[in-house]
Amino acid sequence: MVRVDGLGGPGSLIQARGLGKTYSRGGEQIHVLQALNLDVQQGEFVAFMGPSGSGKTTLLNLLGGLDVPSAGSITVAGDEITHMSRRRLTEWRARHVGFIFQMYNLIPVLTAFQNVELPLLLTSLSKEQRRKHVETALGVVGLSDRMHHFPRQLSGGQEQRVTIARAIVSDPTFLLCDEPTGDLDRKSADEIMELILRLVKEYKKTVLMVTHDPVVAARADVTLHLEKGVLVEAGNLQSVSSGGVR
Amino acid sequence: MKFLGLIRANLFRKKIRLFLTLGSFAVAMSLFGILVVIRVGFNQGIDVAGADRLVSYNRVGLVNPLPLSYRDRIMQIPGVSLVTHHNWFGGVYQDPKNFFPQFVIDPENDRKVFSEFSIPDDQWQTFLKDRQGAIVGAFTAKKFGWKVGDRVPLQGTFLPGTWEFNIDGIYHGTRAKDDETQFWFQWANLENYLEANKSLDRYKGMVGWYVIKVDNPDNSQRVAKAVDALFSNSDYETRTDSESNFAANFAKQMGNIQFLILSIGSIVFFTLLLVTGNTMAIAVRERTSELAVLKAVGYSDRFVLLLVLGEAALIAVIGGVIGLALAKGFTLLPANVNPVRTFLPLLYLSGSMFAVGIAAALSVGLLSGFLPALGAMRLRVVDALRRV
Repeated sequence: MVRVDGLGGPGSLIQARGLGKTYSRGGEQIHVLQALNLDVQQGEFVAFMGPSGSGKTTLLNLLGGLDVPSAGSITVAGDEITHMSRRRLTEWRARHVGFIFQMYNLIPVLTAFQNVELPLLLTSLSKEQRRKHVETALGVVGLSDRMHHFPRQLSGGQEQRVTIARAIVSDPTFLLCDEPTGDLDRKSADEIMELILRLVKEYKKTVLMVTHDPVVAARADVTLHLEKGVLVEAGNLQSVSSGGVR
Repeated sequence: MKFLGLIRANLFRKKIRLFLTLGSFAVAMSLFGILVVIRVGFNQGIDVAGADRLVSYNRVGLVNPLPLSYRDRIMQIPGVSLVTHHNWFGGVYQDPKNFFPQFVIDPENDRKVFSEFSIPDDQWQTFLKDRQGAIVGAFTAKKFGWKVGDRVPLQGTFLPGTWEFNIDGIYHGTRAKDDETQFWFQWANLENYLEANKSLDRYKGMVGWYVIKVDNPDNSQRVAKAVDALFSNSDYETRTDSESNFAANFAKQMGNIQFLILSIGSIVFFTLLLVTGNTMAIAVRERTSELAVLKAVGYSDRFVLLLVLGEAALIAVIGGVIGLALAKGFTLLPANVNPVRTFLPLLYLSGSMFAVGIAAALSVGLLSGFLPALGAMRLRVVDALRRV
């Protein structure tokens, strides 16, 4: 089970200890995350909620190796990523992390197929092997018939599904979703959430998701709240608000 | 190879911008190519100059003549194996636009001194026997449709009157850059004309310049000094140069072509650098989030740097090839379409100059792409995605 008390065992897939992130803005030190602990097991679906500026995306960036913490450590599947060089971290991301962004961030001049193929170009797979992987990923997200469409020819929901296919095509260790339904209508958002749930249930994917939407967060196994740089489980939010920290 | 699709897709993202940038490169490189061609045209005489030939002319200037009597005295100098002489004629064929160089030559020695020109023996023998005979270069013969046996009138300028010549032979150069535009006629013909025109006595017994063949190129400097020393303090002092120096000085009379070409070329390349650099910077800036995503999914900083540089290089090379191909086309235009050929008959863009042009285009492309590529390489994913 997800733990935020720092007492999780060594078997956790993702383990953060004493994680802190401080920004300097105009000479002022802003502590976005403070002494944060997190343990996530393989196959768990965790949602992070919290007010704007609470550090949700910062936490996701740190866990995904896109940013480096000011303090503490992160271990993923036994790899301590906190002290990796930029180059090693890039290689690590390619192997272990699938990113799903709110704005899809597809490359507009590439087709759905080519967008999904992008992470595989970094591997030693042959063209034929890449084709099979891409077709499988697009099949999983239900876009086999839109393979050769450009992003501008797809709806927002379809674009986000292409993003999901791109995230899963290299079979990463875990998926990081930053407001995956934030730019979609309710129907499309529900479809995307169904798809993410399928990835968790059927494909045993570990998913960490940031969202503002309680309806979306409710689909996760567990929802964690970030408040004043500290992570708490939903049930313990009151204690944080009143000044208590576990 | 598997990333070529990515580069190609990025290039064609904004087709109008791509074609305008390619057009900038093509125009600049065609201008570069044409300037190179013109430079080669001016330097043609230098390139084909014989290492064992000296040219001796009046120290005051090339338009001032030297006495014919100098010939035998030059022959006495140790190291001199042959001496021939030329006069500039400057006649007009039908229209002053139909320019080609015409020389009065010494038929006895000229062929031995300029052995790179090939003339069939029978044609040369006919020429020797024909006081009104002329030998013409293959380029000029083709230009005016002349053939052996034709009778050609030239209008004299400083030697007035209508001069009628029989085309007795057509010469070819044995090397690619040999000048095939010249028109030669006999010294004896000029002498006859001057005999009949007493008002032009000042030209009698005077030659334009001497061409001296030395027995060994190593002796050239010594012989040149000896010739000039021999005629120092005379009414007609000489200046003797290697044939290549003589040709270079002749080209310089048209202005400092080298400097002109270098200046124009530098300005063109600098402008191109700014234009392309700006275009690449815009292209990278509008793709910030895409580059960030590439990095997020595992593309390295180095890859992103090379991707941007690769795009810049590809534009430069394609634009460069188009531009240099246009310049090459310029060299192939016939004289009636390309007026430059009237003055510079040998317009020639060599393979090596083509390669230099491509290398120059590639350098400009890489330089213009360097700063945007560096920016893309240093881009932090987190910052880039926050900007979206």
